Amino acid sequence: MDMNVSLNGLELKNPVMTASGTFGFGLEFAPYGDLEQLGGLVAKGISLKPREGNPMPRIAETPCGMLNAIGIQNPGVEDFVTKALPALKNRDVAVLANLYACDAEEFGELAAVLADEDGIAALEVNVSCPNVKEGGIAFGQDPAQITRVTEAVKKKAPGKHVMVKLSPNVTDIAVCAKAAAEGGADSLSLINTLSGMAVDVRKRAPRIANVIAGLSGPAIKPVALRCVYQAVQAVDIPVVGMGGIASAEDALEFILVGAHAVQVGTANFLRPDFAFGLAKEMESLLKSIGATSLEEFRGSLQLPL
Amino acid sequence: MSLRNCRIVKVLEVSPVGQSNSAGDFFELKLEYPDWDGWKPGQFVMIRPTNWELDMLWGRPFSICSADGTSLTLFIQSVGRGTSRIAKLVPGDEVTVWGPLGNNLAVEPDTPTLLLAGGIGIAPFCGYVEQHSAPENLKLFLAHRLPLECYPYEALCGKVDGQSMIDRKPEDLKAIIATLKDLIREYAEQDGLILCCGPTPFMKTVQTFANEFGARAQVSLENRMACGVGACLGCVTKDGEGHHVQVCTRGPVFWTDKVEL
Repeated sequence: MDMNVSLNGLELKNPVMTASGTFGFGLEFAPYGDLEQLGGLVAKGISLKPREGNPMPRIAETPCGMLNAIGIQNPGVEDFVTKALPALKNRDVAVLANLYACDAEEFGELAAVLADEDGIAALEVNVSCPNVKEGGIAFGQDPAQITRVTEAVKKKAPGKHVMVKLSPNVTDIAVCAKAAAEGGADSLSLINTLSGMAVDVRKRAPRIANVIAGLSGPAIKPVALRCVYQAVQAVDIPVVGMGGIASAEDALEFILVGAHAVQVGTANFLRPDFAFGLAKEMESLLKSIGATSLEEFRGSLQLPL
Repeated sequence: MSLRNCRIVKVLEVSPVGQSNSAGDFFELKLEYPDWDGWKPGQFVMIRPTNWELDMLWGRPFSICSADGTSLTLFIQSVGRGTSRIAKLVPGDEVTVWGPLGNNLAVEPDTPTLLLAGGIGIAPFCGYVEQHSAPENLKLFLAHRLPLECYPYEALCGKVDGQSMIDRKPEDLKAIIATLKDLIREYAEQDGLILCCGPTPFMKTVQTFANEFGARAQVSLENRMACGVGACLGCVTKDGEGHHVQVCTRGPVFWTDKVEL
């Protein structure tokens, strides 16, 4: 079965990507599988300058999920371009850079640095990180800001496919999806983590130093599916679904509600080789349930009359 | 065979360690060998039983105690939800194992080497002693809270000079700290090597004395981890320059003058 996906100009050989922040810069997972089995690889979020991230503890396990508040720890875009990127080039896998900045202007500057990097297939714009105090989620909750940030990135990197990653921590995801499309986004990806908390009654303390953190994993899949379903209805650009995907069937649920492709995040922690076989498993499952193609299956959800 | 891999292997044996401890508190987990090319003492593995399904998403990191080509043995203390469920595994159960991970403890066969273990921190020294070519140069010191038979101490003492002290009362702790100070000074003076694994306060004490006496010392950290491969950035510690570094890939072993505990 043809598993190729065309995301508004971004060609993927299959619909499986790894989600930012869960797959390092890719090479961390190379001992466990062939990176070329992936449709795409979204690198750990990068900012203009290096960031140390949040204090420890940063992660906590929760029922069928986990909380994290890493705070975009990263070596900065220059280090990314000179060290991480050369190691990923010349591999048959689409590499997406994930961008984090504090305002539209800085997003533009960051995009400009990456605009001519031919090893990068697309820019994923993180307007939705809940774990940094000085921004992130503020953009994700304000449609006008989403538009402005998207425009800034598009303007500074006109030749790049721009995917805008949306937050679920909003009243109406459709409004945010439209705002990104209006700013010129080529595609959307969603959802980022749900804002959450965990506390310890014995220590009377939060389990995460940042207090508030992002929930991910199978626990959030129903919310993610709903958001993707609503975003697909709202815009004409392709949508990449993610949130709690831990099997081929989970992945196909997102395709069924209309996603073109998926990203696998927290499941990479269940076992480091999880993502590599997923596209093949999706193909087998599609065949076994009688779908004729990925294209035919996409968005074929039968609603009750 | 590969340098590092991820495999589903079967549980061969789960056996309690120690007589007087309540069942399952300390146990030895023996797994099928995951087909590695090799491993080094101080390295660790991530294990995740497949029957955890979608709850408890992370694997759990454990020091490799021994791995001999037919089996992989881990020494585990049941302390939380994950380890207590691992204690309930039975032969034939499947476990996803990825490793060997991280760096290793320094090995200098001809150098007098002091192994400082706090409780379950003895685990990486099982493999260290087993693989060391001159165990007569090793001395093991164990500070422990539970009865000695809960730890694989006697077995190690058959091969190396051993000393243990129990930590029950406030004066016990003072005595342990004084002993650590004397031992670290002694090894610093003979330019020996000190290796330490245990609870953070224990390692901090060792680090303080090592810095004071200019001893060459390493600590092996046991931070909580989600991925074990350097990606999640959940296990970081600060290096000598105050930068966050992953314990799973840059450690778990750090020289005491190059880590903030």
